[in-house]
Amino acid sequence: MTATAMHVQPDRTALRAAHLCKVYGSLTALDDVSFTVNRGEIVGLLGPNGAGKTTTINMVLGVLAATTGGIEIDGIDLSKQRARALARTNFAAVYASLPGNLTVEENLRFFGLLYGIASLRPRVEELLREFDLTHLRHTKCGVLSSGEQTRAALAKALINRPRLLLLDEPTASLDPSAAQLIRAKIRSLTTGGQCGILWTSHNMNEVEAVCDRVLFLSHGRILLAGNPRTLPQEHGSETLEDLFIRVAREPLAGAADTAS
Amino acid sequence: MKLRPIAGIVLRQVYLMRGSPVRLFPMVTWVAIDIVLWGFITRYLNTVSGSGMDFVPTLLGGVLLWDFCTRIMQGVSTAFLEDVWSRNFLNLFASPLSIAEYIAGLVITSVVTSSIGLIVMLLLATGVFHLGFFSMGMPLLGFLLLLFVFGIALGIFASAIVLRLGPASEWLLWPLPALLSPFAAVFYPLAVLPHWMQTVSRALPPSYVFEGMRALLAGLPFPAMLLLQGAVVAVAELLLAAYFYGRVYRHAVRTGLLARYSAESVA
Repeated sequence: MTATAMHVQPDRTALRAAHLCKVYGSLTALDDVSFTVNRGEIVGLLGPNGAGKTTTINMVLGVLAATTGGIEIDGIDLSKQRARALARTNFAAVYASLPGNLTVEENLRFFGLLYGIASLRPRVEELLREFDLTHLRHTKCGVLSSGEQTRAALAKALINRPRLLLLDEPTASLDPSAAQLIRAKIRSLTTGGQCGILWTSHNMNEVEAVCDRVLFLSHGRILLAGNPRTLPQEHGSETLEDLFIRVAREPLAGAADTAS
Repeated sequence: MKLRPIAGIVLRQVYLMRGSPVRLFPMVTWVAIDIVLWGFITRYLNTVSGSGMDFVPTLLGGVLLWDFCTRIMQGVSTAFLEDVWSRNFLNLFASPLSIAEYIAGLVITSVVTSSIGLIVMLLLATGVFHLGFFSMGMPLLGFLLLLFVFGIALGIFASAIVLRLGPASEWLLWPLPALLSPFAAVFYPLAVLPHWMQTVSRALPPSYVFEGMRALLAGLPFPAMLLLQGAVVAVAELLLAAYFYGRVYRHAVRTGLLARYSAESVA
C-alpha cells in the first residue's frame, strides 16, 4: 500500500482529505496529505510531536485554512459549505475542554443549540444516561475528574450524531481502567456503520486494539498507511511501537525503506 | 442565519449569570454609582452657580446616555471575553456556528445586560434626582438607538482587537470609552473643543447625540438633520466594525491563530 492510497467508497466516505498542504513562510507543516475515513471505521493518525496531526485535525475542524488542497465531510466541501459540513462532524480533544463554569447539562444544551439539534432535551437526557453523567448533570465541568471530563467531552462530541468524529488523544489523562471503558464506548460508536472516527494517540497498544487502519505522519507527510496489526511485520518491526520509534527517529530513511 | 445557534450564545450567558449571580453586580453597581455621584454634583452646581441654569438634565442626562453607550460596548466585549477566558474558541468555531450568528448572539446578550443597567439608571435619575428625561419625547428614542448602534460597533471592534492581538490585549479594551469621551462632548458643547478635536468628534456618533440633546434642552427645535448625520456615521461604523471582525477572523483561520488561541498571549 502506498502512503497516499485512497480507500474509495464514495457512499461510505465520512472524510476525504485531498492533497492538503499548509505552509507558514519557509516552514511546510503539511505536505500533500491525502486520506479518507470511511463510516464504520476508526483511523489512527500517528506521528511524533510536530508531525502535523493537530494541524490536520484543525483543518478538518475548519479552524485552520489549508494553503492548498480540499476537505469533504460526508461528501460536503468544507470550504464551500462550512456550516453544513461542520454540522456532520464533532470532536473531543484534551486541549479543548468544555467551559468549566457551566454544568455538564448546560454545556450539552449550549453545544446542542450551536449544532442546531431539534429535539434537544431528549438527546441531552440520552447522552447523560449513556455516559453515566446523570448524577453529575448539575456539576460544573471545571470541578469534574479527568475521567468525568472525558465522558462529558465525548457526550458533547456525540450531541449531533456526527458522521465524522475527531478524537485527539481522548484517553491521554485517564487511568487504564477508565481508558478501557472509554475505548470500548468509542469502538461501539462505529458498530452501526454511521460514524467514522479519526483518532490520534501516542499509546500504540491502544491504537492496535482500537484502530482499523493507521496513518503515520512525519514532517507533515504520510509515510505509512495500513492495518496496525500487520503493518509492523510488513515493515520489519516487531511491534507498532517499534515501528513508530523507527519512523519518528529516521523518518526519511523509513519512508524510503517502506515505499519500496 | 439560524436561530438555534444564536439562542445558544445567549443561553450560555444566561447560564453564567444563573450559576454566578454576582455577575449581575457590576451590571448595576457602576451605573448606579455614576448616577448618584453626578446627581449630587449637579445638585451642588445648581446651588452655587447662581446662573439659574439647571445642570441636572445636561450633566446627569449626559452621564446616563454615555453610560448606556459604554455598557452596550462592554456587553458585547464581555460576552466575547467569556469565550476567551474559558478557552472556548476551538469548541465554538469548530461548530456550525457562523461569525454572523456569533456576533448576533453577543449583541442580543448586550441588549439584555445594558437594558438592566439603563433601567437602574433611569429609576435613580428620575426618582432621586428628578431628571425629566422623558420630556425630550421621541427624540430620546433616536438618541438611544444611535448610541446603541455605536456601542455595538465599538464592542465588535474591541473584540476583533482582542482576537487579533491575543487574550492579554483585553486591557486595551477597558479604557476605550474613557479615551473617546473627551471627543464625544458628553458634558460640553462641541464648539469648546479645538478644531482638530472637533474633526475627530465628527467621526463619533455620540457627539451628534449630545449636541442634539443640548439643543433640545435649550428649547431649540429638534435637530433632525444632526441626528440623521450621526445615524449615517453610526451605521457606517457598524458595517466597518463587522467587516474588520470578519477580516481578523479570516486572518486567524489562515494563520492558525484561532487554533492556538488558548495561549495567554499571541505574538
